[in-house]
Amino acid sequence: MVTAEQAALVDVSRKFLDTACSSTRIRELADDPDATARFWREGAALGWTSLLVSEADGGGCVSDSGLGDLTLIATEFGRHAAPGPLLAANLAAAALSRHGTADQKRQALGGLLDGSLIGTAWLGGGKASPVRATASAGGCRLSGHLTPVEAAADAGYFIVAAGTDAGTALFCVPASADGVTVEPLHSLDLTRRFGAVRLDDVDLPDSALMAGPPDGARAVAWLTDLACVVQAAEMAGAADRAFELAVDWALHRFSFGRTLASYQAIKHRYADMKTWLEACHAIAGSAARAVGEGGDDASRMASAAKAHVSHYGPEIVHECVQMLGGIGVTSDHDVHLYLRRVVVNVPIHGGVAEHHERVTALLQRGR
Amino acid sequence: MIAAGPDTDLEAYRLRARAWLAENMRRLDATSVRDGLTETTDEQAVERTSHARRLQRKLFDGGFAGICVPVEYGGQGLTFDHQRVFNEEIEGYEMPATLQVPTMSPCAAVILDFGTDEQKRRHIPPILRGEAVWVQMLSEPSGGSDVAGALTTAVRDGDHWIVNGSKVWTSGAWRSDWALLLARTNWDVPKHQGLTVFMIAIHQPGIEIRRIPMLNGANDFCQEYMTDVRIPDSDRIGDVDAGWTVGRRWMYHERAAKAGGSIYVSRPASSTGGQSVSGGVGRDLVALAERMGTIDDGPARQLIGEAETMSVVGRALSTRIAEGVQSGAFTDQAAAIARIYNGMMETRLATIAFELSGRGAVAWTEADADVGDRGIAFLMRQRHCIGGGTIEMSRNAVGERVLGFPRDATPDRDRPFREVQRNALAR
Repeated sequence: MVTAEQAALVDVSRKFLDTACSSTRIRELADDPDATARFWREGAALGWTSLLVSEADGGGCVSDSGLGDLTLIATEFGRHAAPGPLLAANLAAAALSRHGTADQKRQALGGLLDGSLIGTAWLGGGKASPVRATASAGGCRLSGHLTPVEAAADAGYFIVAAGTDAGTALFCVPASADGVTVEPLHSLDLTRRFGAVRLDDVDLPDSALMAGPPDGARAVAWLTDLACVVQAAEMAGAADRAFELAVDWALHRFSFGRTLASYQAIKHRYADMKTWLEACHAIAGSAARAVGEGGDDASRMASAAKAHVSHYGPEIVHECVQMLGGIGVTSDHDVHLYLRRVVVNVPIHGGVAEHHERVTALLQRGR
Repeated sequence: MIAAGPDTDLEAYRLRARAWLAENMRRLDATSVRDGLTETTDEQAVERTSHARRLQRKLFDGGFAGICVPVEYGGQGLTFDHQRVFNEEIEGYEMPATLQVPTMSPCAAVILDFGTDEQKRRHIPPILRGEAVWVQMLSEPSGGSDVAGALTTAVRDGDHWIVNGSKVWTSGAWRSDWALLLARTNWDVPKHQGLTVFMIAIHQPGIEIRRIPMLNGANDFCQEYMTDVRIPDSDRIGDVDAGWTVGRRWMYHERAAKAGGSIYVSRPASSTGGQSVSGGVGRDLVALAERMGTIDDGPARQLIGEAETMSVVGRALSTRIAEGVQSGAFTDQAAAIARIYNGMMETRLATIAFELSGRGAVAWTEADADVGDRGIAFLMRQRHCIGGGTIEMSRNAVGERVLGFPRDATPDRDRPFREVQRNALAR
């Protein structure tokens, strides 16, 4: 159930996205990083970056669950295939708000909140981090290669999960540090950008450590849960819009003298899509509640959401493409925007296999 | 004093239920649940039903029967929220599961929706006390999905109706008391316009019951043959020839009950996420994989993760649909969405359990009969997509009544039923 305040937040964002991410504008934004940056700053003013940041740190939300609010925005992002590092920025902001030093907050949070600064995160997605952190003279030294990282080329800060001899640790790495290089990547997504981040013996002070072992694993798990929930909501939104287009198509497209929708075989395919889609919305919502409440089942629910939507999101949109026929595989039609959005989220922060494994491991630990 | 409001009432209700259950009901263990999944002798089945009746009586005496049923008919007159809270609290307790579906829903639900005050006073209290067990007489040998194509006929004779025909797939009719019966009362109008719903006492002269053997050895399903059975008109539910109006709502209750969204059914919330011994599908399969020595194997771990994910999603979906229907965000036809998911989930869960069981699922010693059960359950896996209304029919409902797609052309909708082509009657 959405509160009146949440409905207002969504309404404002939706109106903004309807214009800023119309069919034509989306294609223009794809080729215009400056326009995208402007778009992001305008969105930050609507509250897109503050929802996981405490009020004491300058953030705020419109209900008793900032994560719940954020998933509603994420759903709208999915429905519009909107650009802008919604998840990346919110992960960075959440990490800084909960684990950042006063210095880090002072340097980074303000810019993250107003959208002038970009942050992003590498959490590992259920696998061991490719980044190793070792102790060094002045603090710690990080080395490794992370790919793909959302908004890496634009980011001022990277929140990085790294492996140490004692376990997982969470670091805040400034993009300006020596030894940090970012290579822009091609990707399936038209409007979101990804980069590969290379850390070559990057020396950082101790203050760069946000959470060391054993807290590091817990911090990474929490951020991973947030990522799963936001991605699931976004993918559900994208699948929802694709389905909407496909339903409209079926109701109006004539074939052999009657509409596609009048054929039972077609009806049954749509019924299955509708079932999977409602299940995606349901688990995205339930997982958001569970992670927001922070109970014992939070990680299991988050991983169930990511696993389910990672499988069914693409399946739903592929079925929509199938129902559209030839135009479904063109770039003229909009459906590919939603297909790209759903598909690109799948392996980032862990896909089906990683999250099935995480669920099983949690069950074994009594969670 | 804290001001009374919906939240405080619910919390107080939860605590009261919790305390009462702890004091009065037995906790489930592995044997009590396994008993429910295997074939039994008739003596065991009768005793199990009797036991359920006793548990139901206990609930009634404790004030927890018919939570959403109006007080004047023996219920508690509370809300769906209370029923849901109760469904959370009964987790892990032995409950009269066999009396929930179809006795509470759809049968009591239909009586509450369409019965007269007199009929409700006569039948609802015995149901709530566990004194009356009900079944549904819907499907016939000539058709299950085509419910409105019923051939069982009721002919008016003064204050009575004379019923002739046959019904099939009636679970447990042989050990039950009453049935809701859908019968044809007019052959000269189109099929949907000539139906009437009746209440019928099962064990009476003129009704012959045959047990149907299923491939898993169970024989709880029945076929009934009715020959000149007399039903008083006071046992008619709803108007003459208006039975389809009752029937549509009856189908809704059946789907809702199956998908975990019924306001009349007391069943643990976890039960909508698939059957299991421990109340958790994933934990159950972890135990199975440990038993099989495959718990550290990648493929087994993937299957377990998939199963638990499906189960968790199923529960979230049932809640979403139930809440949406209650709030009006969804048409009540949306119950079909949950029914489709449930069917696909249960078949996949049965397949996963079969795969995790390995060779022991196809040939086993007595000591490993529970592993063999997984093989038998796999043979039966399609029942989840068939019983309680096929998923094909639910797909029609979602396509047509949720998404608004045009209905299929039907050659029988507008013609007098007498003229419609149908299956030959077989004995």
